[in-house]
Amino acid sequence: MKPRELRLSTTPTPEAIAELRLGDIVYLDGLLYTAREGVYMRALEEKANIPMELPSQSAANFHCSPAAAIREDGSFDMGAVTATASFRFAKWLPEWIAKTGAKLIIGKGGMSSKDYKDYFVPNGAIYLSTVGYGTGALLGRGIEKVEAVHWQDELGLAQAMWVIRCNRMGPFIVASDMEGNCLFERENARIVQNLDRVYEGTRPAVLKRYGETDDRSDEVIG
Amino acid sequence: MIPIDLIQKTAETLMDKAAIEIPDDYLSGLKSAAATEDGDLSSFVLQAMLENYQAAKEDRRAMCGDTGTPRWYVKMGNDTQIEGGPIALEAALRRATAKATNGVPLRPNRVHPLWRTDHNNNVGIGAPEIEYGYEPGGEWIDLITVHKGGLFGTDYRMLFPSDGIQGIKRFYLDSLVAFGKRGLACQPAIIGIGLGGCKDTCMVLGKRAACLRVVGDRNPDPRIAALEDEFKELGNSIGMGAMGFVGKNMVIDCNIEVGYCHTGGMQMSVHAFCLSSRRAVARVHADGRVEYRTDPDWFTDYQRRDTVEWHPDMAAAE
Repeated sequence: MKPRELRLSTTPTPEAIAELRLGDIVYLDGLLYTAREGVYMRALEEKANIPMELPSQSAANFHCSPAAAIREDGSFDMGAVTATASFRFAKWLPEWIAKTGAKLIIGKGGMSSKDYKDYFVPNGAIYLSTVGYGTGALLGRGIEKVEAVHWQDELGLAQAMWVIRCNRMGPFIVASDMEGNCLFERENARIVQNLDRVYEGTRPAVLKRYGETDDRSDEVIG
Repeated sequence: MIPIDLIQKTAETLMDKAAIEIPDDYLSGLKSAAATEDGDLSSFVLQAMLENYQAAKEDRRAMCGDTGTPRWYVKMGNDTQIEGGPIALEAALRRATAKATNGVPLRPNRVHPLWRTDHNNNVGIGAPEIEYGYEPGGEWIDLITVHKGGLFGTDYRMLFPSDGIQGIKRFYLDSLVAFGKRGLACQPAIIGIGLGGCKDTCMVLGKRAACLRVVGDRNPDPRIAALEDEFKELGNSIGMGAMGFVGKNMVIDCNIEVGYCHTGGMQMSVHAFCLSSRRAVARVHADGRVEYRTDPDWFTDYQRRDTVEWHPDMAAAE
């Protein structure tokens, strides 16, 4: 069965979000911004003023550093964009979502269903995953314009806050829903049923690693 | 004498090719995988990847926004001389890395580990890595750039002889499943396994097995080659596909390299290259010819030699 494909605004209505199901393929229109540990630390820990009107301009936070350069004339050259793993940002996301009204958190690998239930659902937010984690060129084609880059002097190009106008940017996969379900946990639960068979006959290492998991259903992240 | 300008110019072209052009061996491996994949979501992902490679080539933009940590493997024939010597060579490779970072553009990934200083050019302390190899004859230099992703899919463990092949299998599965969940390893990928050496060389062997050998290549030791086949199949029987979705393709190929180790140990490393498998190679000859290719051809009989002395006819005799 082919997944369903939809277009979605980066300032989506609650109805548009409620409509989304796990595994739907989404293409985005509107403004999105990149923010990861550098932006979170600067905005939340150092209390710097966020240089955008959020969420009215954009409710879409992309965990991304683009492959981009600033030309000598000040214009931007952005080739490919790809997400970075989101679970590392769980520390800052509750405060970020509350402060900025972000409705779409876009990244790699998703968060846990606990994260979704604790602070995504109450804020009406969902998680979108990039595809394959390498469709950088396809996503690059969805960039209509790089509107601005903020804090590049303070954070460097990779951690800076890039503001991107997108036109049918995608594909992205819906990885959480308004019940707090997690697409990746659903898939892992199916896969783990097969693992005992695959591991059959193998032996645990004679020297154990202290303090790590032997539970094959463990999500490992978080 | 190989002109230094030619080396730098070739290196810049290689940076561009590695970031943009998917190597043919990996592409055909992925196409075969896509043809067999029956998981709805993982199948969608593989088709999107195939479209992405096409888009990258058409637009001349990087395949992936995370362009990894560019590095260099340099190999030369024993008679090779480089204009300006090894110092000039390293300067040329650092310049090419910095220039291509802004030119392609690549993501300026390299930062100081503590102070997070970013020079916005992928050059810094120890970056890019430049590793060397030598071959017995000839006057040529092979420039190989690999832009491997940096964070997930790699692990090391000190195993012991009593762990045996079953212990090796166990750690292989542990690594694939742990990093395969949610697709953190950006699978399906070429998996490299290093066995033996010391801890550092074990990591080096595994990384080179993943990044410097092509899909379909087999270790010349027939028993290791059989293990490579077995491990490829084992990885693909986990039931996990692209992005950690239900599927049957984790491993496009499995390459194993070995090195002699301490008699009490059996070091093991696992490395997953990624869905973009970025590598590009050129041979620069003394007469100015430049030949581009995608097979690094790193592991020659000479690189895998196990004797004290080396004679040119030894490879032929085996």
